[in-house]
Amino acid sequence: MSNNEQTNSHSHFPWSHLIGFGLSIFLTLLALWVGFASDFSLRTIMIIVVILALIQAAIQLLMFMHITESDSSRIQVGTILYAVFIAVAVVAGTIWVMSFGMHNMNM
Amino acid sequence: MESVEYSPNTPLEYQSETGRLNILGFWIFLGAEIALFSTLFATYLVLVGRTAGGPGPEELFELSGVLIETFLLLTSSFTCGLAIHYMRNHSLKGLFLWLGITLALGLGFLGFEIYEFVHYIHEGAALTTSAYWSAFFVLVGTHGAHVTMGIAWIILILIQLKQRGLTPDTTRKVFISSLYWHFLDVVWIFIFTAVYLYGMVM
Repeated sequence: MSNNEQTNSHSHFPWSHLIGFGLSIFLTLLALWVGFASDFSLRTIMIIVVILALIQAAIQLLMFMHITESDSSRIQVGTILYAVFIAVAVVAGTIWVMSFGMHNMNM
Repeated sequence: MESVEYSPNTPLEYQSETGRLNILGFWIFLGAEIALFSTLFATYLVLVGRTAGGPGPEELFELSGVLIETFLLLTSSFTCGLAIHYMRNHSLKGLFLWLGITLALGLGFLGFEIYEFVHYIHEGAALTTSAYWSAFFVLVGTHGAHVTMGIAWIILILIQLKQRGLTPDTTRKVFISSLYWHFLDVVWIFIFTAVYLYGMVM
């Protein structure tokens, strides 16, 4: 454990974590409010809460996981964006394809 | 360890080629995990409403339990971030403290989730009840299995930290397990939104 020679640029208070945590709580409560206390239609509610979820996921990636901190951050960001594209294609594509012939879906 | 070329501010886990490649490799693994969970979400969303005459989510989901689970996991993600912060300040004590809290919160989450599952099964909504509940238990259960796996993994890493202290190897393992833990919270955000919120608002 001879790491004492390391000065640290990380010794400041972990503000970004605290802000990320606060924002996550706020976004969760906001999603709850939109879901239960607003007068929007189901479709509008779902669009808003999915956007809120995506923002919260981005906060985790940027403020907690530090996706941009390393030398290979561009590969990391590219991988995650590609995976998100795959996820959206799989989820939206499946719902779209399966909507044919399913007449009693509660969408 | 070829750390000569790195600034002293470079975190220990990034100071070796192995460390950097392992971390990059883990990000690629997380990309594959996103694809895995997307198939489970797609299955679930297609099967919403397919309750075969059995109980539906609007009868069984309870907001209070879901919120407790959500805040336990959200807070554990935060404390896990703090653990990394202390690790990078070379504070083994801080790392142990915050990782310990993270584990406790993770166990709390798991406890509530198991209680929730048992409650649903008692109410007549089990894996085999309907296509809807099959999809529900597979999606949420896969996430729960990941959390279980994460807890076991972090416990093993804590044991190794106790034995070896902060080295490029141990810090790399802690950092990678922290990425995994944050990722589980990311997945939960979408379960909270697409399963619970959607199920209760519907």
